[in-house]
Amino acid sequence: MFVTQVYGDNGKMKEYHYTGPVEHRFSPYSFNGGTVLAVAGEDFAIVASDTRLSEGYSIHSRDSPKCYKLTDTTVIGCSGFHGDCLTLTKIIDARLKMYKHSNNKCMTSGAIAAMLSTILYGRRFFPYYVYNIIGGLDEEGKGAVYSFDPVGSYQRDTYKAGGSASAMLQPLLDNQIGFKNMEGVQHLPLSQEKAVQLVKDVFISAAERDVYTGDALRICIVTKDGIKEETVPLRKD
Amino acid sequence: MALANVLQSESVDFSNYGRKCRGFSSSLYETELGLESVGGDNLSFAVRTACSDGDGPERKIQFLHGTTTLAFKFQHGVIVAVDSRATAGAYIASQTVKKVIEINPYLLGTMAGGAADCSFWERLLARQCRVYELRNKERISVAAASKLLANMVYQYKGMGLSMGTMVCGWDKTGPGLYYVDSEGNRVCGDLFAVGSGSMYAYGIVDSGLKQKDLTVEEACDLGCRAIYQATYRDAYSGGQVNLYHVHSEGWNRVSQSDVLMLHQQYQAEKA
Repeated sequence: MFVTQVYGDNGKMKEYHYTGPVEHRFSPYSFNGGTVLAVAGEDFAIVASDTRLSEGYSIHSRDSPKCYKLTDTTVIGCSGFHGDCLTLTKIIDARLKMYKHSNNKCMTSGAIAAMLSTILYGRRFFPYYVYNIIGGLDEEGKGAVYSFDPVGSYQRDTYKAGGSASAMLQPLLDNQIGFKNMEGVQHLPLSQEKAVQLVKDVFISAAERDVYTGDALRICIVTKDGIKEETVPLRKD
Repeated sequence: MALANVLQSESVDFSNYGRKCRGFSSSLYETELGLESVGGDNLSFAVRTACSDGDGPERKIQFLHGTTTLAFKFQHGVIVAVDSRATAGAYIASQTVKKVIEINPYLLGTMAGGAADCSFWERLLARQCRVYELRNKERISVAAASKLLANMVYQYKGMGLSMGTMVCGWDKTGPGLYYVDSEGNRVCGDLFAVGSGSMYAYGIVDSGLKQKDLTVEEACDLGCRAIYQATYRDAYSGGQVNLYHVHSEGWNRVSQSDVLMLHQQYQAEKA
């Protein structure tokens, strides 16, 4: 479904009365909402996303998770424009297969991240409107999180939130996982159980305050034994 | 174009979409780490969708933004100091961005402007430098490396790339420092500061560089101080100060200091 955009005077406050001719233009993008979160632990990684797919004031689906499994050790979360999310994940899957056939091994998380950066930059002048976060295990078995911007700038993090509620979640993660803005607190390493509980709590908070986040939470836990999925209900309003 | 050629071998050719559909500007905030994309913007790449709040919430794509980077030559090489903040609009996307790109063990590039633009083109530069080394059996000079980068981005002049970088290294002729940007500028110099906080950094370095014979430690301290002062006054700079020193044997990372710690340290020194 396309969205028409109205060009008024740039920079002025929007007026609610008809002021003159307006030009409507087709926009190839639309915003489908959703929040994604990834946390890296000592020997695990968690990628979680809500499952609401919205557009404007409507909800298209309550069961549209944004985490996609790439390999046995890597999961990607994509939020933004759903059309581009789908295409991007298809392209990544195809490239993974090509790599597997040429090199006879699976791509590592770091390699997938570097590849995604060039895939995104290839569309520098007509970007994929997708905010990606990759979570997985690196070659040493430690948790790794890579966060991207829509044109491919990326870096490795310990935790990152992306999507519509990212500005609300990131400070909470900074405090709870990064121990930021706290003094005299012991820096305990994050256990898997605590991380999963934190993710659930954080998404419950996001669903309270962000209209685009809610319905259900899908959590993918990546460990050396494989990927485990968990679904938790969230507010449906 | 260079971009399509580089990526073509590795993936399906999507370059046609870019050329046909450039009209859909989609109100992209330039991935700017503090550098304005000026000139050549007749292509409405930066058009805003004015009434996006009108029919339901249409969101604008936001890229990463805001910086201070500086580099200066001195007797014992080149000091490179950068902050580590990236902003997307008014949101601080990250406080731990690596804005110094290690092109090879003796060449460094800094990042200001579009984060993706800088890291992609400098990564490509690293590849070109390596090819040069293999073909010519000797290291590439800083002048040649900066020229390669300038020529690569010049092909995209006017298309909205935003990149202001300093190529720093040590070659046969001694320490080398070039400023290269997406407008096509390539300038050799002894001191450059790039980004939204550059004016504050210039103030500190200009006053500290009066003495001609700085020791390595004094120079490092000066660079660190300059970035700290820039983060103090510029809202778009902050995080940590990453400091590198390039000398005849290559570069080494001197320090990474959190700006809050530096603040407390300098306050204590004042007292």
